[in-house]
Amino acid sequence: MTGALGHARPGRSSLASIVAPHDLATAAQALLSDGMRLALVSGHDDGGSLRATYLFTSGPPDTRVELHVPLDSSRPQVPTLAALSFPASRFEREMADLFGIEPVGHPQPRRLVLHQHWPAGWYPMRHGSGGPPEMVTDGGSFPFVPVEGPGVYEIPVGPVHAGLIEPGHFRFWVVGETILRMKARLWFVHKGIERLFEGKDIVAGLEIAERISGDTAVGHALAYCQAVEDACGIVVPGDAHILRAALLELERLHNHVADIGALCNDVGFGIANAWALSLRERLLQLNGEVTGHRLLRGGVVPGGARVDRLPRPAELAEVAHRFDELVELASSNALVMERFAGTAVLDDAHARDIGVVGVVARAAGVAFDGRLSHPFVDLGEHFSPARHTTGDVLARYLVRIDEVRSSLSVLADLATRAGDLDAVASREGTATNGVGSGVGICEGWRGVVVHRVEVGEARRLRRVKVVDPSFLNWPALSVALSDTIVPDFPLANKSFNLSYAGNDL
Amino acid sequence: MTGAWPLPAVAAISVLQVLGVVAGGPLLVGLMRKVRCRLEGRVGPPVHQPLLDLRKLARRERTRPDQASWIFSAAPVVLVATTLVIALVAPLLATDPAFGWSADLFALVYLLLVGSVALALGALDTGTAFGGMGASRAMTIGALSEPALLVAVLALSVPARSSNVPTIVARSLAHPAWLATPQRLLSLVAFLIVIVAESGRLPVDNPSTHLELTMVHEAMVLEYSGADLALVKLGESMRLVVLLALFADLFVPWGVATAPGVGHVAVAVVAIAAKVTALGIALAVFEVAVAKLRLFRVPELTAGAFVLAVLAVVSALVVP
Repeated sequence: MTGALGHARPGRSSLASIVAPHDLATAAQALLSDGMRLALVSGHDDGGSLRATYLFTSGPPDTRVELHVPLDSSRPQVPTLAALSFPASRFEREMADLFGIEPVGHPQPRRLVLHQHWPAGWYPMRHGSGGPPEMVTDGGSFPFVPVEGPGVYEIPVGPVHAGLIEPGHFRFWVVGETILRMKARLWFVHKGIERLFEGKDIVAGLEIAERISGDTAVGHALAYCQAVEDACGIVVPGDAHILRAALLELERLHNHVADIGALCNDVGFGIANAWALSLRERLLQLNGEVTGHRLLRGGVVPGGARVDRLPRPAELAEVAHRFDELVELASSNALVMERFAGTAVLDDAHARDIGVVGVVARAAGVAFDGRLSHPFVDLGEHFSPARHTTGDVLARYLVRIDEVRSSLSVLADLATRAGDLDAVASREGTATNGVGSGVGICEGWRGVVVHRVEVGEARRLRRVKVVDPSFLNWPALSVALSDTIVPDFPLANKSFNLSYAGNDL
Repeated sequence: MTGAWPLPAVAAISVLQVLGVVAGGPLLVGLMRKVRCRLEGRVGPPVHQPLLDLRKLARRERTRPDQASWIFSAAPVVLVATTLVIALVAPLLATDPAFGWSADLFALVYLLLVGSVALALGALDTGTAFGGMGASRAMTIGALSEPALLVAVLALSVPARSSNVPTIVARSLAHPAWLATPQRLLSLVAFLIVIVAESGRLPVDNPSTHLELTMVHEAMVLEYSGADLALVKLGESMRLVVLLALFADLFVPWGVATAPGVGHVAVAVVAIAAKVTALGIALAVFEVAVAKLRLFRVPELTAGAFVLAVLAVVSALVVP
């Protein structure tokens, strides 16, 4: 490793190194065996030269290590890290599709992001790649591994589904009703979000970040703002951290409540869903009063946070009471619990190997929570991380219940600690010309959200890389489905509740 | 019992029965939806919404899969036709309906089965994964619930010494004590489970789900549209009314007209409407309280119904 160019923040250590391609595997191995997590891999077109960046994180104490690998733009190649980290193998395929950076020795060197109708050799994230080209018949096919044997049949589902859900194609190989294998084909809503950021002002970038995944407006806005502030050296007032933490928990509340209702609905227990939706509506109305937007857009801004008011203790108590009633209704129904228990088990070993995060990880016994590893505000004893170990639908349901209760307790505390409700710092910052790179990490309701930005002249965004927890968690769904029966798939899928928009970007 | 009924009266009763089932089916489905919605704290669509839906569907374009044959188009007609026959011959209003001699319990059960099998064949005929999946599930459930129904009605025919439904109803009315015997009660429970399974209600199937992979009945009819779908929906709702009306006939027969007369028939109309409505509401309330069973648990439920039905027969043969 050469040229360490780290910068320090109180309570956080950041390090960046430039690594030659042939040293990458050794360096990554050392970091991973130190217990660090590969949080993000991004390709970069620096105009004339290409670069791959690997971000490793761990905490507490909050530690971030970046490896920058400069590449020969005539023949960009990186050695694959697939043998060290499963998430790396997926990031590498994404990078190969979007930048044409070839992962040498990759076990699955086929397309991930781009569907087969895009011509080979077109790399949309490279400068000068232009607009979308003509579609072709087969620019790189997407082979489904054939599963054969007596009685095996295929069920193709989607990408257009019957309900109001996002597009994804699922292909099941089934014997009787038991799933042998499931392959998810995503990226039907790949919009080129990362490229949309390029050239935008840091404030204009927020509008895109808030819309990456509609249900994670705060999570993505916060990770984006943290990354921009890190890059530009903007110091955020203490009150803003408290407001941001409160907004993050408000987002967790309305999503978890909706998920608990949807889980019940998927086993035909409609009354619990009706109660949950009514409670969610109450929460959305509260959100509307807090930020002026029912899905909490506009609360987190670069340099701080801004709310009209915070939830009052009486309102939180009312929500807590109604939530207890909802949980009592659902958990006391033996048929509901019977459907949840033992369904779609993701065990601890698989969860760690696949590198899942968030609710799914905590239901499989992995005690990883961005609020612990990358804290930006002290939540004190009001925050107790949820953890269940059975890895089934029931565990994911219970984690959500625990997290709602914890969020309510955290919110009550944060509301008393908040001072200035319009806590936005000057966006001047300390970085020279505003040029630099930064990383933002926060625990959104679905799991940890990571943004990495590079800001150029006049504080225009040069590159924004977004990692939604869904990107890391989608492969785990297929694994959890082995030995599950077909009619339980929607329930298993709902218990993961992954975002298509956040994954497809 | 025959001879006392003038032909016009028999004809009028038949028309009333058929019209009642055709109009009553969608209204019952609408009522059950309304009850569910109200219990869940929602307003819900009006009770006559299913009738409006039928009108809407009947006007819509009908698309059929390219690879489907005449079986696909015939299945909804067969479903509705078989149910209409039951509505015509069953003693819903009077103990001596038109063609009452043909209202044999076994014939009625098999008429119901013909409708189910027609739908399953129509689903298989589409050649889609969902059609096959739905048909396979429906037949798995039906394979146990149809025999349970058959055996349950066998238990009723033993004391009446006849398998003709009008005769059973007439003799039950003459001997009310039969209704409290163990075989009646066992067969009643089996019959109830079969009604739930055959009409695709919770906890066996969820008629309101949009999740393709969990569907049983809905998966079979996914490819139907326009007038075909209207027929399927009409057939399903008529089937539910017929099942509930037969249940009411066999287990709470009071009100069925045993002698000719406008007054008797009017009482019978009110009685059967009240009984079916009450049963429908009870079913809807039950649905709110339960979740859907895991698919592999459903055979346990229908097998339970079958065992109860067998016990009912044994009890009917042993206890005179």
